Amino acid sequence: MTSPSPVLRLEGIVKTFPGVRALDGVSFDVRPGEVHALMGENGAGKSTLMKVLGGVLAPNDGQIYVGDAPVVMTSPQEAKAKGVVFIHQELSLAGELSVAENIFLGELPLKSFGRVDWQKLYADTDRILKTLNVSFTARTRVGSLSIANQQMVEIGRALTVDPRAVIFDEPTASLTDAEKVVLFDVIADLQASGVGVIYISHRMEEIFKITDRISVLRDGQYRGTLVTAETDEDKVTQLMIGRSLDLSRNASQHQMGDTALEVRGLSCGILFEDVSFAVRKGEVLGFYGLVGAGRTEIAETIFGLREPSAGQILLNGLEVQITSPIDAIRHGISLVPEDRKDQGLVLGMSCRDNMTLPQIGRLTKGPFISDRAEIAIFDKYRDKLDIRTPGWRQTVGNLSGGNQQKIVIGKWLSMHPEVLIVDEPTRGIDVGSKSEIHNLIRDLAAQGFAVIVISSEMPEVLHVSDRIVAMFGGRVMREFTSEEVTEDNLIQAISGIAANA
Amino acid sequence: MTGLTRQNLGTIVAKQGILIAFALFMIGFAMVNQRFIALDNISGVIRSSAILGVMAIGVTFVVIGGNLDLSVGSMMSFSTIVVLDLHDKIGPGLAIPAMFALTLLLGAFIGFLVGYLKLNSLIVTLGMLSAIHGLTLTWSGGKNMDIADKSGTWFSFFGQDRIMGIPVPILIFAFLAAVLAMVLSRTAFGRKVYAVGGNGQAATFSGIPRARIVFMTYLVSAFCVAVAGLLQASRSLGSQNTVGQGMELEVLAAVILGGASLMGGSGTVFKTVIGVLILGFIQNGLLLAGLDFYVQYMVTWAIIILAVWLDIAAKRGHLWSPIA
Repeated sequence: MTSPSPVLRLEGIVKTFPGVRALDGVSFDVRPGEVHALMGENGAGKSTLMKVLGGVLAPNDGQIYVGDAPVVMTSPQEAKAKGVVFIHQELSLAGELSVAENIFLGELPLKSFGRVDWQKLYADTDRILKTLNVSFTARTRVGSLSIANQQMVEIGRALTVDPRAVIFDEPTASLTDAEKVVLFDVIADLQASGVGVIYISHRMEEIFKITDRISVLRDGQYRGTLVTAETDEDKVTQLMIGRSLDLSRNASQHQMGDTALEVRGLSCGILFEDVSFAVRKGEVLGFYGLVGAGRTEIAETIFGLREPSAGQILLNGLEVQITSPIDAIRHGISLVPEDRKDQGLVLGMSCRDNMTLPQIGRLTKGPFISDRAEIAIFDKYRDKLDIRTPGWRQTVGNLSGGNQQKIVIGKWLSMHPEVLIVDEPTRGIDVGSKSEIHNLIRDLAAQGFAVIVISSEMPEVLHVSDRIVAMFGGRVMREFTSEEVTEDNLIQAISGIAANA
Repeated sequence: MTGLTRQNLGTIVAKQGILIAFALFMIGFAMVNQRFIALDNISGVIRSSAILGVMAIGVTFVVIGGNLDLSVGSMMSFSTIVVLDLHDKIGPGLAIPAMFALTLLLGAFIGFLVGYLKLNSLIVTLGMLSAIHGLTLTWSGGKNMDIADKSGTWFSFFGQDRIMGIPVPILIFAFLAAVLAMVLSRTAFGRKVYAVGGNGQAATFSGIPRARIVFMTYLVSAFCVAVAGLLQASRSLGSQNTVGQGMELEVLAAVILGGASLMGGSGTVFKTVIGVLILGFIQNGLLLAGLDFYVQYMVTWAIIILAVWLDIAAKRGHLWSPIA
């Protein structure tokens, strides 16, 4: 009863689509000066809820209140005018325009005859930028900014009105740790000025670091709100998926085989230098480091997408020349790429067609593709990986992130690779599917595959790896066995602190 | 239950929208003028659509692969002029393969620029539109090209004869459509075209040689242009240098009308054929309805824009939206 009246309140929001009840009576509130996490698996209804809140979708039932006033949001502009602003996951900035023009896009201050009042524009922008404490100016071209700074511009856009509630949708998805700190400072400032913040994220660490309360959605239903200080990851996970997630250490119990892939002194310009490591059959080798440490670039070089400037790649003890993905695939190397939607899948194609893509030339009978051979492969890996899809005809773009990732993994497993490289295996995937993917990786190792896992999530790397290579600034800093590694020495290694440890 | 049925109906309309529109259109015109659905009229329309249709099938490959081909009109002029010129010089038996080789060479050149050098296809083929026109004029010296002995050559077979009462151009169009439909939908090459156009980067990451596939789509397009040039030359046995001028846009219209996305990755030969027929029947229907020939251009385009809009609206689920 002592808490101040909320800045934003949702009551019994219902949104139905033909055949689906996407939101089923969702109610929660955001208090002034609070960071309120909204969590749920992909498909739990978070996006739909935000669209309702932002005036993109009209609810079938229920009421939104801003302050004490009931409101009806009919457009994003109206939501913003009422003080409800969104910082979207996918930035929507015009790269060729200046920071100031982007921040005031659509509401540029005007003088007579529709001329832009540049002086006022730049002054207003500088005032906003000052509160954000950033290093660029109102005149900087947005395209020249880093992703993190572009996000700051997006936040600046929200501050052109006096916001009452600011919604962040997965804001840290592409930020480095240092950049995250800056973002969290901005959020703290918003908080201090009495704004209510809704924070949508899959990342538990962040949630527990910066939020005050956590509301959870599951299958379109509101499952409850927890006070962050009084709960733990396990309880939140249980609320989200109805069970808890196992992230215990997990070194292999089985016997390992010979070295499958060895890399000696591999360099690629300034991206990475003098990288050496080996991975054995039946082993999971983890690569951990900050964004930009060169991990993805190493994977791409081994897969023939980049040309190395020095070094050797050996498969089963023999040196191989790999100049294209076609070479890599022929040598039994597979890569599950970092960016599922841009690199892993053709979103408009069916599940089956995506899965058989790398080997489609082999699945022919006479001049034509053998339907039977293709469906056999799809069925096999659908069952093996427990891919949930209505059928092979289903367009891949319509699947959840977890199932999409399984399609990519299935696509490469069906090639029977000697070495499987998985870059960010669970990026953008909900908690439930996450543990399935982790188990899958462990299983693959047990079956004798040599697996390389690149990840930016420490619990994930610790959970799945038998050994961990820590990278910093394009160099291997240290290699850990699962017995040696601790969170502390791993963090030191990837920050470049323990360079000579 | 009603919700589900309505949704299914919506899906059917969205997926088969072009066929439904076609059917409604045919019924409408047939009610206005009985002549419209007379067998000889229908056969006449298909026959006169055959050249456009053959070219559109080729361009379908290019568009699904994620590129454009605006050079097909002037390339068809080139093929027509070349085969007519060589007919009298080296005889039809050699002229035809020579013309095919030269046309494929042009296609290979475009395919090289767009596929291997990764130049923008709009710029490349727009440039080739006028470059090939220049090449044609250079070849012909700017003069019309005519076969000397028009009654004494078997060359007229492709454009003028009938087999079992069916005009040969229709047979060639149908045969080519059937073969290339199979290539696109049933072969590994076809699948790769969809993959490259749908997401070129993902295709590369799957070990598909993107440059080569794009190159091949332009070869297919050039081959179809050569067939179209053959039909054109054989029908008239004489030609101006500008015979194919402007056809690139009609071809593109037919492909889009058939529902292929200009972003690549979607479309089928069958739908393109429907698009071609719709265009043909619209023009024919308007003619039979007594509309001035010049008005047809405008009406045709209005119908295309309408079709494209409805197609996009069906995919988006609403007619207009502030966000794309």
